[in-house]
Amino acid sequence: MDAFTQHKGLVVPLDRANVDTDAIIPKQFLKSIKRSGFGPNLFDEWRYLDHGEPGMDNSKRPLNPDFVLNFPRYEGASVLLARENFGCGSSREHAPWALEDYGFKAVIAPSYADIFFNNCFKNGILPIVLDNQTMDVLFAEAESQEGYQLSIDLDSQTITRPNGETISFDVEPDRKHSLYNGLDDIGITLQQEASITEYEAARKQRAPWLFG
Amino acid sequence: MAKTLYDKLWDDHLVAENSDGSALIYIDRQLLHEVTSPQAFEGLKIAGRQPRRLEANLATPDHNVPTTNKERQQGIDGIEDPISLIQVKTLDENCDEFGVTQFNIDDIRQGIVHVVGPEQGYTLPGLTMVCGDSHTATHGAFGAMAFGVGTSEVEHVLATQCLRQKKMKNMLVKVDGNLGYGVTAKDVVLAVIGEIGTAGGNGHAIEFAGTAIESLSMEGRMTICNMAIEAGARVGLVAVDDKTIEYVKGRPFAPQGEHWDLAVKAWNDLHSDADAHFDTVVELKAEDIAPQVTWGTSPEMVKPVTGTIPNPAHEDNPVKKEGIERALEYMDLKADSAISSIPVDKVFIGSCTNSRIEDMREAAEVAKGRKVAASVKLAMVVPGSGLVKEQAEAEGLDKIFVDAGFEWREPGCSMCLAMNADRLESGEHCASTSNRNFEGRQGQGGRTHLVSPAMAAAAAVYGHFTDVRDIEISRLSSTENGGDA
Ligand code: SF4
Repeated sequence: MDAFTQHKGLVVPLDRANVDTDAIIPKQFLKSIKRSGFGPNLFDEWRYLDHGEPGMDNSKRPLNPDFVLNFPRYEGASVLLARENFGCGSSREHAPWALEDYGFKAVIAPSYADIFFNNCFKNGILPIVLDNQTMDVLFAEAESQEGYQLSIDLDSQTITRPNGETISFDVEPDRKHSLYNGLDDIGITLQQEASITEYEAARKQRAPWLFG
Repeated sequence: MAKTLYDKLWDDHLVAENSDGSALIYIDRQLLHEVTSPQAFEGLKIAGRQPRRLEANLATPDHNVPTTNKERQQGIDGIEDPISLIQVKTLDENCDEFGVTQFNIDDIRQGIVHVVGPEQGYTLPGLTMVCGDSHTATHGAFGAMAFGVGTSEVEHVLATQCLRQKKMKNMLVKVDGNLGYGVTAKDVVLAVIGEIGTAGGNGHAIEFAGTAIESLSMEGRMTICNMAIEAGARVGLVAVDDKTIEYVKGRPFAPQGEHWDLAVKAWNDLHSDADAHFDTVVELKAEDIAPQVTWGTSPEMVKPVTGTIPNPAHEDNPVKKEGIERALEYMDLKADSAISSIPVDKVFIGSCTNSRIEDMREAAEVAKGRKVAASVKLAMVVPGSGLVKEQAEAEGLDKIFVDAGFEWREPGCSMCLAMNADRLESGEHCASTSNRNFEGRQGQGGRTHLVSPAMAAAAAVYGHFTDVRDIEISRLSSTENGGDA
């Protein structure tokens, strides 16, 4: 997994609440057995005017000119602004895979669905929670200022706006540690192998019917 | 200290606590299916890891398998969609390579993971259980801590039998009283979601309790816990009682002999202590719940069948107002019109919410002796597993459905998420017993209305939503004793 330490990037505002994982990556693309290549189908139903299916040449499909990601000024955006309950719906990890593959490094929203929030950290994306008032300011700035960029620093947990002002954000220490160092979750857990083995032995005593 | 059921399950599975409040939790069992497992197996291979406990995993293909009899007769080779074929084949290969038990596409025990687990007794009280599918909360009906995970976590559980988790808060949803005639578990859970909203349970484990929940069969309780996720909660729970134990007894994976006695003793403690503390409590009266129909593009956009479609003009909150407007436009519905006036183009009875034998019976009772309305293009019944199908056929339910003009299909997720050929065309309204009505869920441009099996069957017969309480139903002999098979 890629480490996340600092990132400065172009910001795109997606001004909708309750964006669900079906919208982030429609289910027909879940049929892939790989982890990569989902970026061109991120927000597929909003981004294109036709119906997308896996295997299509996405560069030839008609783009929806009204969808914010297609505005030329947001090309190459890597920071996504969103509204409440972003990523609600299914547990599909394809959602962060698609965001990551498209080039997003961070999402900033007032709230997220739990599973999606978790899945972001496992895939090198930093989901930042800010209050609604601050979100309104960022939305207004990203919409009014062309080329609007934010600098995100995970170590100091701050976002720096173009005017130099900083906004701080919270992130749980263990998630921060893993993301900052790009640590593989399984490797971290296996450092506690002795505890797992000990627990398993005790569990077998208490619930022998679970150990065939 | 008094504990909730969730507290007990959590404490019982604690491997290690970290200083930051997160914990390493032991996972007793995992269910695998073809859509969210390939990348997990790929990850194991890349890292050169092996599953820690093979017997703690059970796999079956469900999301993407075809459900037409024609395709299924030829087994795996009958799958016409090349991508579905690759996924189902990949599951076969991975299970063979690693030695994971699988009920493959030709196995009578194949079906939707959340139907198969309980049916096989693989789901047991007191377990922690995960699956790469958000409706894993279903298994909480057995007093088990069950939740959906992403593919990285599937791999994590395969490799370590553990997950790093933060403890959730406790929420109690209490439904007391007697459910009226024609009001089912599905209506209860939709009413709960209507009350607390799709984010109402975020960060919580919800325990469903109260006399109305206690009176439900195990299958009804599964329907309720199944949709905890639509209320924002990853975990839904119901306390263990005699019904739970009776249901599990004798199933293939259930403990036997001496182990059975030991297990029952342990399971009897799986309820919240009388004075346990809940962070949030929501109470509903069973008598207030009517058959429900969702009218919008989120499960919380729900009304009683006797109600009318909301008018955005009466909504003060601008975000909600816009949500209603957007939903009305997408659904092509008029504010203030009657729910019962919504016409139905297709009907889908199935999914992990409502595809068990009781659901089949409930729909058949309405369909019996009636005909699907001419205006309905397709009405399909998709049993949740090969064994549900077999049981339903033994009871003659397939015949009732076919005589009425329904299609009787092979088991799978089918039109719940429309990954296979079963889907809505743009603009079509569907009465569906599934759990999600998001834009495009059942096919691009498709308009989903979530309802109970009885309400779906009634909509099929009348061509629009109809209050099942107003129509005569034929009691089937198999349901006379409550019929909790
Ligand atoms: S029936 Fe629907 S909700 Fe249930 S597991 Fe299948 S796709 Fe998911």
